[in-house]
Amino acid sequence: MNGHPTRQHLLAIAPLQRHQIESLLDLGNEYVNLNREVQKKRDTLRGRTLINLFFEPSTRTQSSFELAGKRLGADVMNMSVAQSSVRKGETLIDTATTLNAMRPDIIVIRHQDSGAVALLADKVSCAVVNAGDGAHEHPTQALLDALTIRRRMGQIEGLTVTISGDVLHSRVARSNVHLLTKLGARVRLVAPRTLLPAGARDWGAEVFTDMRAALKGADIVMMLRLQMERMTGSFLPSQREYFHFYGLDREKLALAKPGAFVMHPGPMNRGVEIDSDIADDIDRSLIQEQVEMGVAVRMAVLDQLASKLPNAERNA
Amino acid sequence: MTQRAAFINARLVDPETNLDTPGALLVEDGRIADMGPRLFNDGRPQGATVIDCANATLAPGLIDMRVFTGEPGAEHRETLASAGESAAAGGVTSFVMMPVTEPVIDDAALVDFIRRRAAATAKVNILPAAALTQGLKGAHMAEIGLLQEAGAIAFTDADRTVTSSLIMRRCLAYASNFDALVIAHAEDPALAAVGHMNEGSLANRMGLGGIPTAAEAMAVERDMRLVELTGARYHLGQVSCAAALEVIAAAKARGLPVTCAVSAHHLVLNENDVGEYKTFAKVSPPLRTEEDRKAMVEGVRAGIIDVIVSSHDPQAAETKRVPFAQAAYGAVGLETLLPAALSLHHEAGLPLTDVLRRLTSNPARVLRLTAGRLAIGAPADLVLLDPGTPRRIDPQSFRSRSKNSPFKGRLLQGAVLRTVVAGRTVFEAQVS
Repeated sequence: MNGHPTRQHLLAIAPLQRHQIESLLDLGNEYVNLNREVQKKRDTLRGRTLINLFFEPSTRTQSSFELAGKRLGADVMNMSVAQSSVRKGETLIDTATTLNAMRPDIIVIRHQDSGAVALLADKVSCAVVNAGDGAHEHPTQALLDALTIRRRMGQIEGLTVTISGDVLHSRVARSNVHLLTKLGARVRLVAPRTLLPAGARDWGAEVFTDMRAALKGADIVMMLRLQMERMTGSFLPSQREYFHFYGLDREKLALAKPGAFVMHPGPMNRGVEIDSDIADDIDRSLIQEQVEMGVAVRMAVLDQLASKLPNAERNA
Repeated sequence: MTQRAAFINARLVDPETNLDTPGALLVEDGRIADMGPRLFNDGRPQGATVIDCANATLAPGLIDMRVFTGEPGAEHRETLASAGESAAAGGVTSFVMMPVTEPVIDDAALVDFIRRRAAATAKVNILPAAALTQGLKGAHMAEIGLLQEAGAIAFTDADRTVTSSLIMRRCLAYASNFDALVIAHAEDPALAAVGHMNEGSLANRMGLGGIPTAAEAMAVERDMRLVELTGARYHLGQVSCAAALEVIAAAKARGLPVTCAVSAHHLVLNENDVGEYKTFAKVSPPLRTEEDRKAMVEGVRAGIIDVIVSSHDPQAAETKRVPFAQAAYGAVGLETLLPAALSLHHEAGLPLTDVLRRLTSNPARVLRLTAGRLAIGAPADLVLLDPGTPRRIDPQSFRSRSKNSPFKGRLLQGAVLRTVVAGRTVFEAQVS
């Protein structure tokens, strides 16, 4: 949580301290229990306005933030690019200042360009949550992944986590490497060389190109989504070749620790990066649990940001 | 039952170990079982076919890294079988087959087909190279991993350069993922497109468009930068000019994983051999100036050029008996590879082992083959040769289906007496 002295944002995992991450995970854990009750609603954000501003289509993240805001009592407005004036030529900053004039309290932003969310955060007077900017960061995804792992494994310290797939274009991978290494996990990245960024070795993770070697002894296997357009010959020759060498199936998963868990940020490409058989295996796959943790962790993020808004005491 | 053959009274020449000694060699079940100067000193080998070499040179069979066949798709030019016959007659026991076929070899099933078909019909080892980009179009990378698993020895667009630097970078990065060998053709396509022979005063006089050496040097320069970025194993399929050779030398000095080859015709011929619009001398890259040819010879001597290839490219008469500008590129070369390369021994004074190294152990090292050496346990792929025998090149005597040789009528030295693949004799010269 950083930014303007009178308000805070969640723009990235990289600048966070371990204790800040852990307090968000603790709060998120409490919301998991709340969300499992019949009465899920709190009034923590009553009177607050939350805008979901999505320049990139998203079902999962947007609905997760929407639900998180509503369960905390906020008024939630969803804006996606198809309906916005950005299509009519308005600049990004104009859009931000226009929305800002409507006096929202928190804006959740997803944008296809790295750094765009930070740019907007500078131009508004409310709190901003990064819901994914280009290939930079997706902090709430990393938080929900960490909460999922922590609840299953007890702790993150000392675990070996293998992240496999399109690391080059993945904000999920970047946020997760930051978060998991801060919490003491050993992180491995595996991808074909065309999908590994040039400086990946400097991230503090071990870098592999051989999936089998990367899986050996892993506690957690985190699969990344592979965009279909990457598989037509520019980054990868074909889908079948990718699945053969990098797709997670039973045979490859057997190389990880017995009982190792499989995660995926969704949406999955079945038969491309992951075999359906594994994705649907309730003993191995944490994919549904990740979705549940997503709502809880976003409630924690919104709760914490709202409590630090300059006018927070008036709402209390 | 064990098949044994004993080669006695031979001059054993192994370029890898610099062995050059009178001696004998024993083959058992397709592999070299024993060899050396004292072998069979205490009596003739038992239960073995004895081949008296009569002091001829017994060396590892030649490995040719650049051969085009017509099969599949253009069997009238060459089949795998006729290419095998031609190779055997030339002392070549293994060759890398370029994927320029119809269909292009860019699918794992085709690699498998070629390997089976070659094993069934050809006398020598045919090692299929697969396309680097799908359909050799330079737009999308081929399935390098699956092709390698199917047995593709290397990846190459053979006679075209991948124009896009971005795609070339990704191809190299992806190939390095599988530690695969990329064989490149270096010629800036736009610069070369307007030419038919080496650019210079001769081309001017003849009224033919020229291909500058810069087209080659620039492409090699680019590729060296990309090798530096990716760490891929890179082999330049053919170098033809001093400018490009300098780039390779500098890259090697920087420690890049780079090797290169020269075609036998670029070591012996120059642009003047195009003479009166001789289309058999139309090759790609074009024959260069005498200075460039000499630079190639010196490049071999200095070890900057690792490999000598035939660039065997059979062309039918109808694509060559046309005006020069319309003629197809390419020359047959399997049956002239050895005598043309040996001109470096006879005329430029290179030791015989140094010449043979470029034809045996060096290509074996680049391709990671166990062949290409006289060593116990190595495949018994051998050539028995006489380096000094003079002969006038007569393409009509070639076993290749195509006769488009730029060496036609030329006097060269060096004769193949016998070729052995996996212990089996696949060629024996007629005693005249």
